[in-house]
Amino acid sequence: MAEVTLRQVVKKYGDVEAVRSIDLDIPNNEFVVLVGPSGCGKSTTLRMIAGLEEITAGDISIGGEVVNDLPPKDRDIAMVFQNYALYPHMTSFENMAFGLKLRKFPKAEIKSRVEHAARILDITELLERRPKALSGGQRQRVAMGRAIVRNPKVFLFDEPLSNLDAKLRVQMRTEIKRVHQKVKTTTVYVTHDQVEAMTLADRVVVMNNGIIEQIGPPQELYHKPRTRFVAGFIGSPAMNFIPCTLEQHGDGLRVRLSDKIALPVPASRTGRYRPVVSKELTFGLRPEHVTEPHQGNGASGGDSNFAAVLDVVEPMGMETMVYFTIAGTEVCARVDPTAAGEAGATMQLHANMDHMHLIDPATNMVL
Amino acid sequence: MSTAAVSVPSTRAQTKRSSLRRSRRWALIASYVFLIMFAIFFLIPPYYMVVTAFKTDAEVAHMATNPWIIADGATLDQFKILLTQTDFLIYFKNTAIVTVAVVCITMVVSVLAAFALGRMKFWGSGLLATGIFLTYLVPDTLLFIPLFQIVKAVGLLNSYWGMILVYPTLTVPFCTWIMIGYFQSIPKELDEAALIDGAGHMQMLTKIFIPVALPGIIAATIFAFTVSWAAFVYPMAFLYSSDQQVLTVGTVTSLIRADVYKWGMLMAGALLAAAPPLSSTRS
Repeated sequence: MAEVTLRQVVKKYGDVEAVRSIDLDIPNNEFVVLVGPSGCGKSTTLRMIAGLEEITAGDISIGGEVVNDLPPKDRDIAMVFQNYALYPHMTSFENMAFGLKLRKFPKAEIKSRVEHAARILDITELLERRPKALSGGQRQRVAMGRAIVRNPKVFLFDEPLSNLDAKLRVQMRTEIKRVHQKVKTTTVYVTHDQVEAMTLADRVVVMNNGIIEQIGPPQELYHKPRTRFVAGFIGSPAMNFIPCTLEQHGDGLRVRLSDKIALPVPASRTGRYRPVVSKELTFGLRPEHVTEPHQGNGASGGDSNFAAVLDVVEPMGMETMVYFTIAGTEVCARVDPTAAGEAGATMQLHANMDHMHLIDPATNMVL
Repeated sequence: MSTAAVSVPSTRAQTKRSSLRRSRRWALIASYVFLIMFAIFFLIPPYYMVVTAFKTDAEVAHMATNPWIIADGATLDQFKILLTQTDFLIYFKNTAIVTVAVVCITMVVSVLAAFALGRMKFWGSGLLATGIFLTYLVPDTLLFIPLFQIVKAVGLLNSYWGMILVYPTLTVPFCTWIMIGYFQSIPKELDEAALIDGAGHMQMLTKIFIPVALPGIIAATIFAFTVSWAAFVYPMAFLYSSDQQVLTVGTVTSLIRADVYKWGMLMAGALLAAAPPLSSTRS
C-alpha cells in the first residue's frame, strides 16, 4: 500500500515530447484512471511508473521513495496488460505463482496466496488450465490474479479490457471494481474509454498531447470541465459545441446561437460571464440537456425553447437521439422516444441552461 | 407463389455449392497426383540404396539382373563386412562426437545471440543481425580456403576437433536467424510481465523465451544436426587420417578405390549413415 507521486515528469523520444512535465499525486488506496485519446501519453506515464520506460526528467515516487532508477522488479508493483501477457507454456496456477517463485516464497505460501486470489476472482477451477484453454475474460482474470498474489504496493492496468467484446468488457469492469473494493490497493488504470474511466475511478486524470488537462472525481469532470477538451472527451454522446456571441438582454444575458435562436443565461451566471459580453465564444451543452419541453424541466413555454428541423433520428430504446443543425453546426439532443419526431419534421426542444458552458475559443478554457 | 420465390434462389445456391464441391475435388485429385509424382521421384534414390545394401556383391555386379529388386534373396553380408572389416564404426563415432558438440555449441551461441539481437534493442543490433545472416550466404566451398589457414594455425588440421571449430560457421548464422524470427514473434508484453514479476534477463530467457520458442529451437537443432552430420567439404579438406575421418568422407574414400566401387557396402554405409538424421527428423 503506497501513494504514488509524479513530479514534473517528462518523457522524450528523440525530439518528440510524449509526456510534458506532469505532476500527479495519487493517495494510498486510490483508484486513479488515466484517460485520453491515442498518443496522449497515458500509457507512457503508466509504463514510466512501472519502470518499463526510463524517464527523461522529473521524479516518480512510490511510497515516498524515488524509484527513477529502480528496475521494475524492485518497485513492488504489479501490472495487467492489454493482451494479458500470460506465459503460454504455464498453467494458470504457474502463471500466478511465477513472480512469487522468483522471489523465493515458500511453496505453501505460494499455494495459499494463489488459491486465495483464485477464490477472489472465481477461477479456482481454471488453475490447471493453460492460457490457450481459457476465454478472453478468464485470461484477464488470471492476469489479475497474477497481480493480486504479489500483494504489491501499486496495481497498474494498461487498457486491460480493450481486447474483450462489449458485453464481457462491462462484466469485467464491474469485476475490477469489486476486486479493488476487496483488495484495497493504490491503482493506476489506463484506458481510452471514458465510460470505463467514469465508472471505475475515484479520480480521473484526463490527458491530451502529453499534458494533464484536468484531474478530478468523475462527476466533477462531467459537470465542471475546465477545458474544451475535457468537456468534449467526457460524456457520450459528446457535448455539443456551437459558436455563439454573448449579448446583453435587459438586465440579463443571452447566448446568441443563430439569427433565430438566443438562449437566456441563468441569473446565477450573469456576473461570471458579464466581462465577455459581445465576444465570439463557444457554447457547450450536453445532449442530455437538450430535451423535449415538459413540465418536469419547467420549460413548457420558456425562453430556452427553440424549434429545430430534425436531420437524423436514432431510436436507442429508452431514449432517442435526434440530430439537427444550428447555424451550420450539428447538434445532438437526447429526447423521450414518444416525443421524438421523424427525420425532416420540426421539433420543439428545450435547452437546460443551468448546465451550459461557455468556452473561450482563444484559450479553449471553460469560462 | 411464395414457394416458387424461395425455391429459385435455393436451387441456385445448391448448384453453386455442388460446383464448389466439384472444383475442390479436382483440386485435391491434382494435388495428390503431383504429390505422388514428387514422392516417387525423391524416393527412388533411397529405395535403390536400400535394395542394393541387401544384395550380395555377385548380384550387384551381375549386369543382367533387375537392379530394382533383390533377386537372389536379401543378405546382411554388406553390413557385416562394413562393420567388422572397415573403419566405419570409427567414422560413425567421430561423426557422432562432432555432431553432438556442434549442435550444443550452435544452440548455445545462436539462442543467446538471437535473444540479444531479437529482444534487447541496442545500437547496431539490426545491422548485426543482417550481417550474421549474410555470412550464411558465403558457401563452404569458398570458406574452406581461409579456414584451412585458421585450422592449421590452431593445430587442428587432421583432427575432428577442427570440425567442431569450423562447422559452426555453417550452422550458427542460420540457426541464429531462425531464432531471431522466433524470439521477435513473442509479444513484448511477455518479457515486460516477466521483468515486473522479478525475472532477470537470464531467467527471462530460460524460463520464458526458451520454453515458448521451443518449436523454433527444435527446428534449429535439427538443422544444425543434419548440417553437421552431412558436411562433406570441410572434412574432405581438413581430415586425411582414417582414425579422424567422419562418415561422409570416410565411407566414400575407403569404399571407392580408383575405379573399384564397393556398391553394396557403399549403400549399406549410406543407409546406416542416414538413419540418425532420419530419426531426428521424425522426432
